[in-house]
Amino acid sequence: MLEHYLSLAVKAIFVENMALAFFLGMCSFLAVSKKVETAIGLGAAVTFVLAVCVPLNQLLINGLLKEGALAWISPELATLDLSFLSLLAQIGTIAAVVQVVEMALDRFAPALYNALGVFLPLIAVNCAILGASLFMEQREYNLGEAAVFGLGSGIGWALAIIALAAIREKMRYSNVPPALRGLGITFIVTGLMALGFLAFSGIQL
Amino acid sequence: MDKKTKGALIDPLFNNNPIALQVLGICSALAVTTKLETAIVMSIALTLVVALSNTAISLIRNHIPGSIRIIVQLTIIASLVILTDQILRAFVFDIAKQLSVFVGLIITNCIVMGRAEAFAMANGPRLSFIDGIGNGLGYSLVLIIVAFFRELLGAGKLFGVQVLPLVTEDGWYTPNGMMVMSPSAFFLIGVFIWILRTYKPDQMEKE
Repeated sequence: MLEHYLSLAVKAIFVENMALAFFLGMCSFLAVSKKVETAIGLGAAVTFVLAVCVPLNQLLINGLLKEGALAWISPELATLDLSFLSLLAQIGTIAAVVQVVEMALDRFAPALYNALGVFLPLIAVNCAILGASLFMEQREYNLGEAAVFGLGSGIGWALAIIALAAIREKMRYSNVPPALRGLGITFIVTGLMALGFLAFSGIQL
Repeated sequence: MDKKTKGALIDPLFNNNPIALQVLGICSALAVTTKLETAIVMSIALTLVVALSNTAISLIRNHIPGSIRIIVQLTIIASLVILTDQILRAFVFDIAKQLSVFVGLIITNCIVMGRAEAFAMANGPRLSFIDGIGNGLGYSLVLIIVAFFRELLGAGKLFGVQVLPLVTEDGWYTPNGMMVMSPSAFFLIGVFIWILRTYKPDQMEKE
């Protein structure tokens, strides 16, 4: 049983890295990776939101939206299929969790709250989070798997953004062709990183 | 067609491309580009969602209170995406299956939110619709270029039809396996931006 979860975690962190294999969360991935410090902050926040949202959405889908999930209210509702609402429900959960995280950080950890600044609310529209939720729904993970998968994808995403930020900090000293500076070279570096992460493919515990 | 309308339609193609210059909507742009077919379906879906959401948001822009505008925009966009998703599943089920979660991810596609926030909140519905179409086309342009090279070099096919005969089938072309995997998409977009900025030096970034 433990091996199954471990294997899922390794898969989520390395083999199917959210940023490098599925291109999710690219907008903030490219925009916030100029400094290692902010990259670590954003990575931690995204990991936390993912670890909370994915299992929460799993409960929501299986408890309320799936066909027959409402049978506990009355037998007449057993044939009701609300799964077309799942997109709306999931984005709602994510926006709500991000809001709660924002308020909690503001109250209990003001230093971290100030360091993250505007990037905190932007997590709500980070595709990595909705993407992980949708993958969870598509692959029909149970609650435990969803929790491991959410945490794992978060760690993988954080790992990728921190590594990219470190490379970009070093790149300031290199002589890049003018037209390639900024966005262009960042894409190519990310491509090389993705190539590196391909080495993990096929790993199974 | 007056100048402003034309600008709203043409500018996002090269001068103000949503992917290459505004760095918006890259997330989904790369994952669906292994085949031309999926790339084109995705482009159409996104263009429609941007155009319609721009129109809808522009129509009610004077009635949305500033403090809750994000959630209002998200609700409109999410409803349109659900509609698109259902239509795709009804009519082109195979492609919808290949696009998997990426249709749903149009909700968090920054182009849609970005245009709603930057253009539709400040302009009339007709111009907003045109702007949506323009930005959708700008996104489609990059998507189709990337998909063209990935499918051609990765599998020797275009639209699923064998163009370059493969070595395994007594032809001469050895498919480049890297093209069907994720890194090549990054390289192709990087090179696209490089070429675009060489011809349009004003788009270069100062560091």
